[in-house]
Amino acid sequence: MPSSVYLCLSRAVFLVCFVNPLIMQGLSEDVNEIQDHHHHQQKENLTGLPIVTFRWHHVQTPYLVIIWVFVAGLAKLSVVELSHHVTSVFPESGLLIMLGFVLGGIVWGADMAQTFKLIPPTFFYYLLPQIILDASYFMPNKLFFSNLGAILIYAIFGTCWNAATVGLSLWGCYEAGVMGDLDIGLLQFLLFGSLIAAVDPVAVIAVFEEVHVNEVLFILVFGESLLNDGVTVVLYNVFDAFVSLGGPRIDAAEIFKGIFSFVVVAFGGSFLGIVFAILLSLLTRCTKHIQIIEAGFIFVVGYLSYLTAEMLSLSAILSITFCGICCQKYVNANMDEKSVTTVRHAMKLLANGSETMIFLFLGITAIDTEIWVWNTGFILLTLLFVFIYRIIGTFLFTWMLNKFRLVPIEVIDQVVMSYGGLRGAVAYGLAAMLDEDKIPEKNLMISTTLIVVYFTVILQGITMKPLVQWLKVKRAAHSDLKLIEKLNNRAFDHILAAVEDICGRIGDNWWTRGWNRFEENYISWLLMKSKARKNRDYLFNIFHKLNLEDAINYVSEGERQGSLAFSRSDEAANVDFKKQFGSEFADVMPNIMVDVSNYELGIEHFSVTSIVKDTIPSVSLDIHGQDRKNAMDDINAHHLLQQHLYRSRKNHRHKYSRSHFSINQNEDEVQEIFQRTMRSRLESFKSAKMGVNPAKKITKHHKKELMHKMSNGHTDSTGHLYEDEVDRAVGREAGAINSTFMRDMYTMGAGIENPVFLPDMDSPAHSPPWLMETEAVAPSQRAQRRLPWTPNRLRRLAPMRISTCSTDSFLMADVSLTLEEHDEQPQTDSEEMRPVFD
Amino acid sequence: MGSFQSLPDDHPYRTLSQKTGFSLEQIAILHNRFKQLSQNEETLRRDDLQTIQDLESNPIRYEIIEAFFDKRNFQKDDVGSVDEIGFEEFLTVMSYFRAPAHNITEEQKEEMRRAKLRFLFNMHDTDNDGTITLEEYRHVVEELLSRSGALGRETAKGIADAAMLEVASISVGPMAPDEFYEGITFEHFLKILKGIEIETRMHIHFLNMDTTVFCKHHSA
Repeated sequence: MPSSVYLCLSRAVFLVCFVNPLIMQGLSEDVNEIQDHHHHQQKENLTGLPIVTFRWHHVQTPYLVIIWVFVAGLAKLSVVELSHHVTSVFPESGLLIMLGFVLGGIVWGADMAQTFKLIPPTFFYYLLPQIILDASYFMPNKLFFSNLGAILIYAIFGTCWNAATVGLSLWGCYEAGVMGDLDIGLLQFLLFGSLIAAVDPVAVIAVFEEVHVNEVLFILVFGESLLNDGVTVVLYNVFDAFVSLGGPRIDAAEIFKGIFSFVVVAFGGSFLGIVFAILLSLLTRCTKHIQIIEAGFIFVVGYLSYLTAEMLSLSAILSITFCGICCQKYVNANMDEKSVTTVRHAMKLLANGSETMIFLFLGITAIDTEIWVWNTGFILLTLLFVFIYRIIGTFLFTWMLNKFRLVPIEVIDQVVMSYGGLRGAVAYGLAAMLDEDKIPEKNLMISTTLIVVYFTVILQGITMKPLVQWLKVKRAAHSDLKLIEKLNNRAFDHILAAVEDICGRIGDNWWTRGWNRFEENYISWLLMKSKARKNRDYLFNIFHKLNLEDAINYVSEGERQGSLAFSRSDEAANVDFKKQFGSEFADVMPNIMVDVSNYELGIEHFSVTSIVKDTIPSVSLDIHGQDRKNAMDDINAHHLLQQHLYRSRKNHRHKYSRSHFSINQNEDEVQEIFQRTMRSRLESFKSAKMGVNPAKKITKHHKKELMHKMSNGHTDSTGHLYEDEVDRAVGREAGAINSTFMRDMYTMGAGIENPVFLPDMDSPAHSPPWLMETEAVAPSQRAQRRLPWTPNRLRRLAPMRISTCSTDSFLMADVSLTLEEHDEQPQTDSEEMRPVFD
Repeated sequence: MGSFQSLPDDHPYRTLSQKTGFSLEQIAILHNRFKQLSQNEETLRRDDLQTIQDLESNPIRYEIIEAFFDKRNFQKDDVGSVDEIGFEEFLTVMSYFRAPAHNITEEQKEEMRRAKLRFLFNMHDTDNDGTITLEEYRHVVEELLSRSGALGRETAKGIADAAMLEVASISVGPMAPDEFYEGITFEHFLKILKGIEIETRMHIHFLNMDTTVFCKHHSA
């Protein structure tokens, strides 16, 4: 935009002088003044038709917002790119806050006031919801619900305990005269206690994701932090009401109403969330035809649940939490796989982005002379009490819980839990929402809250990792095992349930199983597509994922070795195949294909699992890492598939569609390919009749060069095939087409079409095809099969194929219409087990 | 329904308690249940267990019931299976699911873990040859998945095979394709389940309160 300024002659000088400093100063001038000034100037100077005008005030707000988003992105980037030594010691959240200090310092230095700070509405309406939604959407449900009792105890009673003890102790110290002269009463202290009580999910996730603690500990800390946010807001509202009511007017009835309102608000919010989750699940049942936007519903409905709860003055955080937790299973099952991926990525993007913004602005906000009020007694005592009572509370409630828990929570875990009591932006947001009329010491509370936040996030965050290491906390078991582990878990579940049945006890497993049955029979029936229901077995999903992973690895392995026809030692299959092929290939073809692919699956699976290393812990709630690996896989897969698979016309004709991705499946295209092929076939037939015979072979050397240039193997092998085909085909008669056409069709129907996934048939196993010049006369399997093709056509197509890296576009057409569905068979491992997602 | 016989005198219970680690109350409750299941007989037969209604929907109930009649689980160094078991055997098998006492040494813990895993291993290793062969494992997986409707036998087979290969690749490392992985030995079994927290997965609460009255038991 600044460059365009120069075009506008009459105002250029003025604007350049005016605007550049504005941008330099972090876009922080007093905006209204500028606007007035600007308007004024515009009117004054309007003497002719302006060609281009500079209209800062038009875009000001969105521009500032987006600039800050951009800055936050850059901040995150610079934090992540910092040297490894720094990031291994400091948690990212702490670094972002410190970077916020710097940025805040710059803004303050330019303005002598803090123009930008985190204001509660922005935080609660635009930054917080997606973080909570993300956390709940990715919640490991089984773990969460099996520890729900403990989580609820910590979240509800723990929070109340913290609020009450911190508030009362501070009040006691105040009465004792430690803080000097302050205008705070008991109720205000309790209000302050309630806002400082809650452990913050944002901070907790940010720190705990970097130390991989064991899953039970993680879910306890994380679940608690998620739920107690809701609790603390409710508590805050109750005390806020009490404060406005004033001390004398509070009687037993009001207190009872307060407690009652607490229950209603908390459970009402949760219930509302569940209602929205049901709506969302039902909605995704019927979004099949608007696949492209169905992912958006998750966000919209989630946000709607948040806002609705806010409107009804129920707990918005709990509402969106339960919406996410309850809908995840059904939504993921109902939606297309691609939409699920979209949701996952978008969710992480939003959550990660707003987390970055929050921490950055927590830092920026601090650089402001207005809010800082120092009261040594108050601040230090708060820090102390927050820390101490967290520890006492944790140990107290754990002690009670351990009486009932099958597996007691160990002392070390309790230490980490109490130390992980990080306070964060929610506390600050609530503090900033305080009404200055009712609470005269608002600024003291804000500054204390900020100090508590900095103290916990930065100091405790930094020391968390060493502490975990020093205490030898049981870490998340990192294992390569997936399938067998899940299978065993499933077996354990059933065994436990059975043993409970046998010893005639109604226990946890009995309830779990009862719920599962109910869920399977009724809830899934209601909320899931029937097709999705069938495919939703958990084990099967794991199996499916592993297969996909292996397929990717298989391809990349092939690529690494320079050819997809990389020599492997499973010759048995080859030999077997060849033998049978010769005799009765037409009939047995499909079976063999399936067999071979099954066989390959086995081999591959086995060799590959040792290569696959999953660095992500099984419980991966963190906003960050979750998808890193997946993203890599996706990119890899995309890259590989693009290189190796049949390249369709999409390379030649870019087609834009707002509602479709799948250009490959375009029917027009298939049609066109078919028509083209038929045309070329007719032409070749014609030319053959006319007696135009193919002249000679294609020079091998030329080809060889080509082949070596190309890194991927299947091009090479097709090139080679071409030689074979050409060699053998020279001089053959064209009339063979008709007699063999059907046969070709059939064999291709079995799915030989895609050479990528059937490397072994292209070439003898041991040496790569392009090294076998001496054997050029001996046709490869594929060539043998293709013998009946007319020479003319082959010759003409040969160079074209090489140039487009595709063998298939033309061959495809022969069978394209009838065989679309068969086409996939060989490339997918064990096709019959694969669900059809559509 | 529940039968409340007068309890035998404490003496036999005390021996059992020492042997299995259950408290006297727990033994009394389990004994009640035992009688309820066996219809006041001294011994329990397979049929008695198979008729438990809640068990009907359990996909691997056959294996679990079989485990109760497997001599290997009676801690007497014997093999083979029996047709009926007495209360002592019943209790011995039950004790595999008992939570350990709070103050035990690491070694005892390890010992316990081993015993529990052995129980599981025996359940899979039906022919007692010391390995879980692919066939045996496939069978278990098929049973496990049999409840989940749409997954056919072929899928179950595929999953079993994949799981087996996973075990093979972890326990013996990469193999040549012509090598044959004969099955999961107990050592491998321990190795692959190293990361599993047995405490959460093999324990149930044995309450000191009698709840058998709530459970339906339909005798066939």
